[in-house]
Amino acid sequence: MADYEIHEHDVLVIGAGGAGLRAAIEASSMGVSVGLVCKSLLGKAHTVMAEGGVAAALANVDPKDGWETHFQDTMKGGKMLNNWRMAQLHAQEAPERVKELERWGAVFDRTKNGKILQRAFGGHTYKRLCHVGDRTGLEMIRTLQDRGVHQGIKVYMECCVSRLLKDGDKIAGAFGYYREDGRFVLFKAKAIVLATGGVGKSFTVTSNSWEYTGDGHALAYDAGADLIDMEFVQFHPTGMVWPPGVRGILVTEGVRGEGGILRNKDGERFMYKYLPESTKKDFAETDEEAKRWVDAALAGQQTDARRPPELSTRDNVARAIYQEVKAGRGSPHGGVFLDISYQDPERVKKKLPSMYHQFKDLADVDITAGPMEVGPTMHYIMGGVRVDAETAQTRVPGLFAAGECSGGMHGANRLGGNSLSDLIVFGKRAGAGAAEYAKKLEGKPTVSDDAVKAAQEEMEAPLSRPDGKNPYDIAKQLNQIMSTHVGIYREEKELEAGIAKLEELKEQVKHVGVKGNRAYNPGWHLCRDLRNMIICSEAIARSALSRKESRGAHSRLDYENTDDEVWGHVNSAISRDGDKMKLELTPKPEMPAELKALFQKKEPVNA
Amino acid sequence: MREALLKVFRGEKDNGEYVTYKVPIEEGMVVLDAIHYIQAMYDPNLAVRWNCKAAKCGSCSAEVNGRPSLMCKSRMDKFVDGEEITVQPIKSFPHVKDLVSDVSWNYRANEKIPAFTPAPDADWTFYQEDIDRVQEFRKCIECFLCQDVCHVIRDHDRKDFLGPRFMVRSAGLDMHPLDTVERAKFLKEEGGIGLCNITKCCTEVCPESIHITDNAIIPLKERVVDEFYDPIAKFLKSVFGNKK
Repeated sequence: MADYEIHEHDVLVIGAGGAGLRAAIEASSMGVSVGLVCKSLLGKAHTVMAEGGVAAALANVDPKDGWETHFQDTMKGGKMLNNWRMAQLHAQEAPERVKELERWGAVFDRTKNGKILQRAFGGHTYKRLCHVGDRTGLEMIRTLQDRGVHQGIKVYMECCVSRLLKDGDKIAGAFGYYREDGRFVLFKAKAIVLATGGVGKSFTVTSNSWEYTGDGHALAYDAGADLIDMEFVQFHPTGMVWPPGVRGILVTEGVRGEGGILRNKDGERFMYKYLPESTKKDFAETDEEAKRWVDAALAGQQTDARRPPELSTRDNVARAIYQEVKAGRGSPHGGVFLDISYQDPERVKKKLPSMYHQFKDLADVDITAGPMEVGPTMHYIMGGVRVDAETAQTRVPGLFAAGECSGGMHGANRLGGNSLSDLIVFGKRAGAGAAEYAKKLEGKPTVSDDAVKAAQEEMEAPLSRPDGKNPYDIAKQLNQIMSTHVGIYREEKELEAGIAKLEELKEQVKHVGVKGNRAYNPGWHLCRDLRNMIICSEAIARSALSRKESRGAHSRLDYENTDDEVWGHVNSAISRDGDKMKLELTPKPEMPAELKALFQKKEPVNA
Repeated sequence: MREALLKVFRGEKDNGEYVTYKVPIEEGMVVLDAIHYIQAMYDPNLAVRWNCKAAKCGSCSAEVNGRPSLMCKSRMDKFVDGEEITVQPIKSFPHVKDLVSDVSWNYRANEKIPAFTPAPDADWTFYQEDIDRVQEFRKCIECFLCQDVCHVIRDHDRKDFLGPRFMVRSAGLDMHPLDTVERAKFLKEEGGIGLCNITKCCTEVCPESIHITDNAIIPLKERVVDEFYDPIAKFLKSVFGNKK
């Protein structure tokens, strides 16, 4: 009798945020048996933290919007490094996915005409973000959760997967454990969808929760998939900087979408001087013009004024803030000021209720009466598991990936609001792809006893070393390495030093140990997370060292320019080569002529 | 540096004791930070459930000095110097370990609620004023503090009552302008709404300030009364039909 539980499903979805839930719903609706594994309780995934909205060219507020403009904005935001087909499918399908959420019970804010209201966001030409105040992610996850509950999806809560198992080259299952009592579990599955989110916990200051330890990235890497564009790590420009206990927690871009103004300690509205030449003409030149745009937006009217400079893309705004702080023009706690207090207090409370409460409760700051202090925080990784655009399948047969743990969709920089739409568009596609694959697969893949035994031993090892290295110490060292050497600005010698330190840390992790038993033991859990975090960190550092240019979220001090000639045509791809990490530069998929033509036309008129 | 004394419940399945830890207080610190400090400095074993640390996911529910609270929202500076701060798991559900309780009952309760069912011919035009109330209910982060403090669940262990959280969810569905399901019978029979005696404890502890009692439970109770106990309404319904 094996000392682990066994469950069998056609499709196993790992991760129960927006992408995982949407994948599970899709697969289940196609008549296959679906298991959904989540590390936390259901409904607590990081998607609840997404605030600003979900991008979809519904054209409810700006009638000129359409999928082509959304596609163009996404590609430009991603500095043309995106997988064009993913960006196209995303722009085309997001409106239908959002309307589908509404039909499943999501209650979005309304326009005066009773349609879904849309707000402005950085990098989006038109007002495009469907939202519910500033808690859009919660609305989405709750809607999907309740939809899934009534569809007979089996949910394994507070359950972690530590290894994927294969039969030959094909996916055959996954091994893991329950957090509650540490009992082991084997999932046999024909297909697996990874929807595990991001890698933020590798950095000191991050908006990400404890769950963001790069599990899907690492599981896929170990199973033989490749990770692309890992150097592109998004620092969200506005995280809380004070008090220390909440440092890094997100301040939604919705604040800027609603007219929030960024100023340095001298009161200067500094964003004007950081607008890249290529997009300067899309933004207001004066406070007066920016104000006209905000007034029109608040009144729900059209205007010829251009949007405020604060609505530049996240990479620009994050770098601008970093530079202001570095030049000694920051706020008292090492950030800059973000001000929405010039607007009607009741409106601010209504449109940004969680921001109001977050600052009031956690920092004693009334955002309707004065500015917030904000600064860059590690927020999102554009890089991830390489997938096929249509089916979301990786190069490992039966292994699929969607959401933040997949790569390609966002290129070098993600636009705000494109993450929530990514989840539902590619969550659905991954679910369908996996169900389709499982249905067609002949016979059942088998899991080898040896592989299960090895996975079990791997999990038990830290408990046999009660005097081993403290996992919290190693996590702290990892955070320092990544924040110091692989942060918002990078250069060769820093990256090389960082990689050397990561190599040392890899050795230390082999001696990590923890006291106690397997029951709800966070230290034991961290031992396992460390392995995944270090794989992702090394992939980020190596890709960053390789890319000798600055593009999107990747800023090299020693290569300040964007080099389209050489680097505009390649994705960096990381894969496993025995115990070593292999890096290749692979040609980016070529865009068809009709889409290329979109970028040669006259620029779209700004709303 | 100021220090706090945290008296934390440690143990498994109710077998436990309070262990006191000294934690240095940084400015702006919350109870969850102190718990994390204990994990990192004294005992990586300490079990605690948390995710977002921004009062948005509702994972870190506990009883802080006896009051059901989110640990991420309980600021250390509201306690006086030298005060012992007691932290224990929420009580209404089976204990797992340290600060973690088994809240799975809530997920089973949720499954019973009739799903959102829009009219097939709905055109999906509706107005902000029609959904302001529904959006209030949908702010719920499922921290289950209202369930924890509800007398019916806590003192009487009546799990035939869905509890405030699921009254709020039912109200959100029921008051959605395009939903067509009649939930009064469900709320009366399976939901046990009659068991609520309006003590408003749930409303008091809600970190999202949802007016659970006034805006959700009382209107639902009125609906049940109209449906089952009001002879005039019953008569009118028999004449004019049952309209939601």
